[in-house]
Amino acid sequence: MKKTLGRIYVLIILLFLYMPILTLIVLSFNDAKSMSVWTGFSLHWYQELFQSRLMMGAVVNTFSIAILAALIATVIGTMGVLGMAAMKQRQENVLMGLNNIPMLNADIVTGIALMLFFLMVRWPRGYMSILFAHTVFCIPYVILSVKPRLNKNTDKLFEAALDLGASERYAFRKIVLPELRPGIMSGFLLSFTMSVDDFIITYFTRGAGINTISTLIYSEVKIGIRPSLFALSTIVFVVALVVLITVNLRQSRQDRAAA
Amino acid sequence: MIAKKRFAAPFIIWIIAGTVIPLASIAYYGFSSRDGGFTFSNITAMFQHDHMQALGLSLLLAVISTIICLLLAFPMAMVLRDSKYGKQGFLIFVIILPMWMNFLLRTMAWQVLLERQGVINGLLAAAGLPRQEMMNTPGAIVLGMVYDFLPFMILPIYNTVSKIDNHLIEAAYDLGASKAMTFARVVLPLSVPGIVSGITMVFIPALTTFVISNMLGGGKINLIGNIIEQEFTVNSNWYLGSGLSLVMMVFIIFSMVLLQKFDKTGGANLI
Repeated sequence: MKKTLGRIYVLIILLFLYMPILTLIVLSFNDAKSMSVWTGFSLHWYQELFQSRLMMGAVVNTFSIAILAALIATVIGTMGVLGMAAMKQRQENVLMGLNNIPMLNADIVTGIALMLFFLMVRWPRGYMSILFAHTVFCIPYVILSVKPRLNKNTDKLFEAALDLGASERYAFRKIVLPELRPGIMSGFLLSFTMSVDDFIITYFTRGAGINTISTLIYSEVKIGIRPSLFALSTIVFVVALVVLITVNLRQSRQDRAAA
Repeated sequence: MIAKKRFAAPFIIWIIAGTVIPLASIAYYGFSSRDGGFTFSNITAMFQHDHMQALGLSLLLAVISTIICLLLAFPMAMVLRDSKYGKQGFLIFVIILPMWMNFLLRTMAWQVLLERQGVINGLLAAAGLPRQEMMNTPGAIVLGMVYDFLPFMILPIYNTVSKIDNHLIEAAYDLGASKAMTFARVVLPLSVPGIVSGITMVFIPALTTFVISNMLGGGKINLIGNIIEQEFTVNSNWYLGSGLSLVMMVFIIFSMVLLQKFDKTGGANLI
């Protein structure tokens, strides 16, 4: 009885989560522009999407910014974790407190704060300002992913390697990096996801004439929803599905290998 | 030692340039007038009728959405905890998946469903029922908020309830506690950190949103986020926008303090 109730409940929640997405997927194949009448199967909204220069430019911007921001944030964040390990507890606490701010703060505040910063230092808003803003909100995720990986043992092993004649660089590559790798990987992936998904901070830190997928969707929805956006939704959903399944399968294979 | 302080130099530069100076500039603009003098007028502007109304509505809708999310998420987290699919990650996977879809597209989906010429009205019309005006209402905005933020409530609560030791619950039963008693005295207190993380994860974006209200409120319903956004993008009055943001930040800081008090993991629940 309790089990059945639980199942029904899960079903209702899943229906609530997926019904809107499924509606978009179905409508993306609708011949008509209408949202309520089905007039036949068609792929021409996909064609319209791929022929849109604006959209393709936005796709390139979104992913290049995400990869660059995640890379920069991963390097700076990992170095930050190593640096903080050498600090006094109080200094570390101050930095960690500041580190958490962009993650806990409302995006609109982070966005306008960075916008004001760019205006004050006369940094023209465009690709680079978006990239900088994205590194700012990605670094906290890297720090929080990598920090728990660095423990006292790592330090002892590192010292031992040095005593045995390894160079610092060699010991770092052979001892420290493998310890930190899972944290670095998840920090990178989290940063990448956050960057691709961001709208609000990009909205305030971009200049005129540059778009990411999010900002383009926002301006198009304001003019009026076109079914090519449904085609985009379908593609985004399928890509997310494939990526998540791949990551999950890999994880469970690793778990099994570890067990 | 692997660690050398100088490794943290770029991190510190990024914190100063990306967090400290930008936040300080909000404070600077918030307390400045257009001619550069010191003023409180951008702060007290919050007491103007329009702004108070927007802030009040934002608080109300954010509180309602947070409560609905909590009520929906807690049972879900408990079911996930007991389910064998939950542990294998399948159900968690299905809950995370929508979060990977751009939230503008997810919000747009509700626009498509709720509009006058939208899917739900199409179905109603086909069934011979009268069309309903669902868009541009506070209800539509709450629905959008709940839909967008529900996974952010489920995941932290699931993370804490899945760690509750079953032996504790059995011990409570063995000592004669009823189901309700066990829930109130054992399960609920142990899930507080997750609940508090979930509340902040939903409340802050719901309170400060301008996107959901713009898309599902049709620009007719102004939340405090909309007012601030317009000051920056339409009116170019950064002074007023900053002042209002400072007032809004009081509520954000209050939630953060609450989170720090209950969540000793230092934010680890958030990722």
